[in-house]
Amino acid sequence: MALAGRTAAWWARLRSPCPAAAPLCLPPWLPAGPVACERLYSSRGKEKLDMLMYPVESIRNFSIIAHVDHGKSTLADRLLEITGTIAKTDRNKQVLDKLQVERERGITVKAQSASIFYNHEGVNYLLNLIDTPGHVDFSYEVSRSLSACQGVILVVDANEGIQAQTVANFYLAFEAQLAIIPVINKIDLKNADPERVEKQIEKLFDIPVEECVRISAKQGTNVEKVLQKVIEKIPPPQCNTADPLKALVFDSTFDHYRGVIANIALFGGEIEKGHKIVSAHTKKRYEVNEVGILTPNEQPTHKLYAGQVGYLIAGMKEVTEAQIGDTLFLYKQPVEPLPGFKSAKPMVFAGMYPVDQTEYNNLKSALERLTLNDSSVTVHRDSSLALGAGWRLGFLGLLHMEVFNQRLEQEYNMSVILTAPTVPYKAILSSAKLIKEYGKAEITIINPAQFPDKLSVSEYLEPTVLGTIVTPHEYIGKIIALCQDRRAVQKDMLYIDERRVMLKYLFPLNEIVVDFYDALKSLSSGYASFDYEDAGYQAADLIKMDILLNGNPVEELSTIIHNDKAYATGKFLCERLKDAIPRQLFEIAIQAAIGKKIIARETLKAYRKNVVAKCYGGDITRRMKLLKRQAEGKKLMRKIGNVEVPRDAFIRVLKRQTDK
Amino acid sequence: QWPYCRKRCSYCNFNKYVVPAVDEAAVRACLVREARTLLHLSQVHSITSVFFGGGTPSLASPRTIGAVLEAVAGAAHLPASAEVTLEANPGSAGTPRLAGFREAGINRLSIGVQVREVLPRPVRRSSPCPPTATALPPQSLDDAELRLLGREHTAAEARGAVEAARGLFPGRTSIDLLFGLPGQSQDTWTRQLEAALGLCDDHVSLYQLTLERGTVLAAQVWGGALPVPPQDLLADMYQRARAMLVAAGFRHYEVSNFARKGALSTHNLSYWQAEQYIGVGPGAHGRFVPWGEGGRSREARVQTLEPDAWMREVQSHGHGTRRRVVLSPLEQLEEVLALGLRTDEGITHERWRQFSPHLSLEAVFGVPGEAKDLQQQGWLVLDCGGLRCSWEGLALLDSLLPDLLCQLQRC
Repeated sequence: MALAGRTAAWWARLRSPCPAAAPLCLPPWLPAGPVACERLYSSRGKEKLDMLMYPVESIRNFSIIAHVDHGKSTLADRLLEITGTIAKTDRNKQVLDKLQVERERGITVKAQSASIFYNHEGVNYLLNLIDTPGHVDFSYEVSRSLSACQGVILVVDANEGIQAQTVANFYLAFEAQLAIIPVINKIDLKNADPERVEKQIEKLFDIPVEECVRISAKQGTNVEKVLQKVIEKIPPPQCNTADPLKALVFDSTFDHYRGVIANIALFGGEIEKGHKIVSAHTKKRYEVNEVGILTPNEQPTHKLYAGQVGYLIAGMKEVTEAQIGDTLFLYKQPVEPLPGFKSAKPMVFAGMYPVDQTEYNNLKSALERLTLNDSSVTVHRDSSLALGAGWRLGFLGLLHMEVFNQRLEQEYNMSVILTAPTVPYKAILSSAKLIKEYGKAEITIINPAQFPDKLSVSEYLEPTVLGTIVTPHEYIGKIIALCQDRRAVQKDMLYIDERRVMLKYLFPLNEIVVDFYDALKSLSSGYASFDYEDAGYQAADLIKMDILLNGNPVEELSTIIHNDKAYATGKFLCERLKDAIPRQLFEIAIQAAIGKKIIARETLKAYRKNVVAKCYGGDITRRMKLLKRQAEGKKLMRKIGNVEVPRDAFIRVLKRQTDK
Repeated sequence: QWPYCRKRCSYCNFNKYVVPAVDEAAVRACLVREARTLLHLSQVHSITSVFFGGGTPSLASPRTIGAVLEAVAGAAHLPASAEVTLEANPGSAGTPRLAGFREAGINRLSIGVQVREVLPRPVRRSSPCPPTATALPPQSLDDAELRLLGREHTAAEARGAVEAARGLFPGRTSIDLLFGLPGQSQDTWTRQLEAALGLCDDHVSLYQLTLERGTVLAAQVWGGALPVPPQDLLADMYQRARAMLVAAGFRHYEVSNFARKGALSTHNLSYWQAEQYIGVGPGAHGRFVPWGEGGRSREARVQTLEPDAWMREVQSHGHGTRRRVVLSPLEQLEEVLALGLRTDEGITHERWRQFSPHLSLEAVFGVPGEAKDLQQQGWLVLDCGGLRCSWEGLALLDSLLPDLLCQLQRC
């Protein structure tokens, strides 16, 4: 897929008349005129760029951060277009979003980078745009991208104003002490109210109204001004080519032909093909095969110098070798490693199993290949009596899980059984025997099957998050009720202008994992936004609840929940399951149980009549088709005891909807 | 297949057309021509039964019926004992008219008191069986229900029609009864059954109303204007009817059909026993081996749906066959299974052998697997008589079939 994307981008570039008339400077590898274009095609890869012409002072490394749908990708497209980095066509939509799932969902999942060449007041600048993912699940990746930057463009929708992710992203940038350029986007919209948004920015972020740039990324209005601001306000990186090599790995991808491609930011020194480098993390040694910049496709260069951002290929076979946050240095010239960052912390775990055990190896290789490009997914082998051999995967959030699953389907044509998502709980063990067994007193539970009994535990702990909600004030009442229902504790409430309120709540993570966002959106007619950050653990009265079908546990639905919620959740799951399972030849008892105690029950009565009334020779063809489809469906049913359950039943049960 | 109706019933999604004036002579000529052509194609020597279905074939004139029968008799042997059924609508089945149909050769009537069948009105060949004719059944004997169903006749008309039919076709008049109407209760249904038993002859077809996409009734029910009959009530109604009819001396010989004194519908039985049949008329279906054009395998055939297009095709090619599909041996067995199990007799070893000479019923279903489980649970019987549903299993056949098909497909 990545390959196809690249081909398409080249094609687009070749077909377009080179933007000779553009007032901006051209990318140096793209001289004006069609002849040159052809030459470029035939000699691609031979003519390497000399990056020495971009000293540190002329470099700006920045990201665009924004709430989802506020126009981050559109602004990126325009910046690439007006600088001639990509050809200007109608088709430039989400140029940096290469994955099918990104384009379909309109979100950025995987950060991409692009180097932009721009002449301003006679000086040639190298602007490195490091794209960031646009969803709360991926905030870890945002902070990672920011570590290679000195400044950010903070995009806010002129109509929607500041949203929860705007706040979260702002603080990420603020805490990283980056220069912040506030940009009010979509001023062409009828309901745009840039003044109000500027005031919000001033009130919440303490940025003077005058510093905001009003633009329409869609129409290109004022986009050049943004570029000028980038040059004026964002400082060049503080580093020196004369220093020893010090390169931060801030992302990595895997290419089937070339191995690991590490995205690096040089904090000192220079790097070129043939250099022997060492990973500070693994201490492994590599020889550099290729360096270059991303434009946004890989463009080899002779060298990369301090302050520059680009990629490196050095014979790394696995993405784990290019540990994100790692520091690379020259062999025998060790440096103090950069602080790096915490490794991605999975917030949501779920079991993944092949629908059919004969598919195990195919699924295994699909998982391996997919995780090569998404190192934030953790993978542990797991097995279950009911589901066979599989894995327990850790995701950054539920969207991340969905996206991962969708990519498995789209890119690898795999369909899988996913168990109910669970958050990482902890238990402080009191049983000496168990402590000895685990080798420690505090254990993390990522699989309900491993939930230790209350008798051997002194305390259970649940993960919490600090949630930020921004909403028009008319929905406050409903939102507060929702939060209370989710066992959340209010921490803060602030009017960001006369109509909008920012709320902060401490949530148990499991209360927001599945459907909180949907519930919030639906009760606020889509106007409230939400973001959250990790807030540690708190003690909680937890229990494990099983769902039984005619006495047999449904492993996919085992959950760890708070005691106060057991009855309601149990009842709810039983009711939903009753709707999701078709009637069968016998009665089915659907029960929720805690240990041996049944806390909820629904009964699905047996079919007493199921036979089509009329069946004559005539239209039997249609009837046979239906029967055969049902027979096919039987093979795909999950059997629990003798109960046949459609494969999507559990997912449907888990996706609780508020409007039942 | 006579595709025309006077009025559209609210529950019916059959291939039928309500047109102001039918050019009956043209339709007749086409029915005759297609019957000849297809009979020739099939190389059938002897016809066991003929069924005129619709639409509302009792709207056609006796002359048309007679012409088709003549054509059939001209192309193959049509013994006097052959069952020749006409579906009749109470509104179009007064005594003089029915007498005309009898003159034309009809010897069995099926009266749709409320439901009319959309059977493929095919002509069938071979197999030595006695003949019959069906009049359009009196589906309901309640005026309010008839209005609900959009039927154009009244309950009194229905009763009159059944009585007239029995006078002309004694022992060979069938009525259709419909249950599971929105709002119908077990009590009203019981009373209707009692009334029907007082009226009926020796054959009753009993249909649960199926809400078909695209019908007025389905739109009303799905739109919430009419209540959906609860599943369990439908089961109760069905069991009540079974019990009452059996007590009145009827044999429950197929999921929806009851007969006493041996008055089984030969024609419909031949569908369930997977015999050969030829469909004539717009949208009619057939299953036969077209020996006449060198065919060696059983084919599923469908005639062109729309009457005008069908007529043009018949006029230019002699027939309006729109689709023919050769049925594989497995597909034939699947049909044998799905249809045969609808009868009380089930699938005999002998019939199975006709379609599966090398793999016996025992070899397929007598081994450990789904069928064994279903036998143990009491839904299915496999013995020297063959494979069939138990009394309880018959009402659940559609839950049994997918399992049985899975087992069959593995062989």
